[in-house]
Amino acid sequence: MDYLLTEEQKMVKDLARKIAEEKIRPVAAKYDQSEEYPWEVINVIAEAGLFGLFIPEEYGGMANSVMNLCLATEELSRACGGIAVCYAASALGTFPIVLFGNEEQKRKYLPDLASGKKVAAFAVTEPEAGSDASAIKTTAKKEGDYYVLNGLKHFITNGGDAETYVVIAMTDKTKGARGASAFILEKGMPGFTFGKKEEKFGIRASSTRELIFTDCKVPKANLIAKEGMGFIATMRTFDMSRPGVAAQALGIAQGALDLAVKYAKERQQFGKSISSFQGIQWMIADMATEIEAARGLVYSTARMVDAGITGVSKESAMAKMYASDVAMKVSVDALQIFGGYGYMRDYPIEKYVRDAKITQIYEGTNQIQRNIIALQVIKEAAK
Amino acid sequence: MNIIVCIKQVPETTEVRINPETNTLIREGVKAIINPFDMYAIEESVRLKERFGGKITVISMGPPQADAALKEAISLGVDEGILLCDRAFAGSDTWATSYTLSGAIKLIGDYDLIICGKQASDGDTAQVGPGISAHLNIPQVTYVKKIEEVKDKTMRVERLMEEGFEIIETPLPAVLTVVKEINEPRLPSLKGMMRAKSAKITVWTQKELNLDPQNIGLCGSPTQVVKIFTPPQRSGGQILAGEVPEIAQKLVELLRSEIN
Repeated sequence: MDYLLTEEQKMVKDLARKIAEEKIRPVAAKYDQSEEYPWEVINVIAEAGLFGLFIPEEYGGMANSVMNLCLATEELSRACGGIAVCYAASALGTFPIVLFGNEEQKRKYLPDLASGKKVAAFAVTEPEAGSDASAIKTTAKKEGDYYVLNGLKHFITNGGDAETYVVIAMTDKTKGARGASAFILEKGMPGFTFGKKEEKFGIRASSTRELIFTDCKVPKANLIAKEGMGFIATMRTFDMSRPGVAAQALGIAQGALDLAVKYAKERQQFGKSISSFQGIQWMIADMATEIEAARGLVYSTARMVDAGITGVSKESAMAKMYASDVAMKVSVDALQIFGGYGYMRDYPIEKYVRDAKITQIYEGTNQIQRNIIALQVIKEAAK
Repeated sequence: MNIIVCIKQVPETTEVRINPETNTLIREGVKAIINPFDMYAIEESVRLKERFGGKITVISMGPPQADAALKEAISLGVDEGILLCDRAFAGSDTWATSYTLSGAIKLIGDYDLIICGKQASDGDTAQVGPGISAHLNIPQVTYVKKIEEVKDKTMRVERLMEEGFEIIETPLPAVLTVVKEINEPRLPSLKGMMRAKSAKITVWTQKELNLDPQNIGLCGSPTQVVKIFTPPQRSGGQILAGEVPEIAQKLVELLRSEIN
């Protein structure tokens, strides 16, 4: 399939693949086991300049586009979905600043994020506020030149390892979702600490941690946009970042298929490669076709965002939902092709199943994505 | 510190196939890459530039498509690439190659250090680096595994030996050939790749270099390739059994019959 990529896009894809093959694949199992943050790889990605892909040039970024971010995330995920999400989650934490930050905030925070000197994180989820983001309990009370934050965020990707955090907190509880605001926090601010680090099923190279705010004083200059914009900033951020999660899922699916095809050609049973059996061939055909369909959806959505088309919630949700469902199915089938060996940790394929699962859950469960899609489709029909 | 790095484009394989009729490498269908040892030379030059500033020029002698190798070097942090490309250079052996490269180096003129990989993965001669130093009449240190100290006009390096290493101090300018122990080459950066894409590779022909026609290309190459072949695989052999004096006697007889 020719994806009609530009020279620049090909360059991004080639570079990310090189990093994936030479620097990520050899250490993927190590980080999966140790659950340590993969700084050695993050530094390579930073030196290569890939953290600049989601930041405008005037703030130190380069080749800033969602399509480029998707290509990079897809290629990195082929080798390890966990390491790739450390990268993609920094994009997630950066988008609110890029989209809604003022000039001063952009100048202060974006250059270090573009160079990869620092990574970012986005904190919305709380124990009682998962799919229902309007149930957020963390509060931000204005006191003079500061907002004082109290509360707890959990399941925060890059938590503890990121230096820059965008945190959603309620400035006015009485207004529900419209009372939420977004703040930029820095690691080390007084009253900002980290709690439990989660032990996970998959994407174990990435860190997932609690953020705790105890009378945490945040300068009012760190309020993004204005009070009450938190929910809108979150939704717009997810519109931008969901193609990235979709690309992560796509990369996991492709990586699993690559391994399964290689294995099927090598594995001999009944005196032949198992790839010569129709049962295996049909599985491979279905996997490859579903991956291409997902890729078409992901790339089209990314290109829409880059073209400046607004109102891409439906397409973003479709790309995220479909690609992650494909990743789950393909990785399970890939493991099936590996047979008993696939179930063993000595082989790399079981990790793809574990890494794929989260893509159906985070940045909005696939059930929430379906809500978004259905609402939009019904709304369009009413026009 | 101004550095010149000499690189070669080679086929990406460790199993070089040879056309038995023309005695030349079969390049068709094999991806061309920068000689792996030269990647260490490029990396070391970039590290020196990061420490001391200056300019890195990379040169290669080869066909027009070798400009891809020079562009890749630029993506890794090299400033400029020069391709020595002329039909008159074709068929050069290591003597003529090092003569031609040294001609280009003289034309560049302002340099403190020349770095080469220890050898090319296709020819495996390890002669071009030392050849350049001979043609330029400057010192050479081969198999460098570490640059210990750089002063204004001298440099102290560690040279990898079969057992341990040697520490050598050399005046500059000098030619170093480097081994893989010296560093871990970086990957290109997106910025570098974009710079490489728009970079213009300078091409120098015999016209610019104005070298002695008797010393370049096939006619300037003292090496005459008479025949290249893959040695036949050793077959079977024979194991003699019995008492030592008895088999010794038998062995002598067999050897005699082989000679006759």
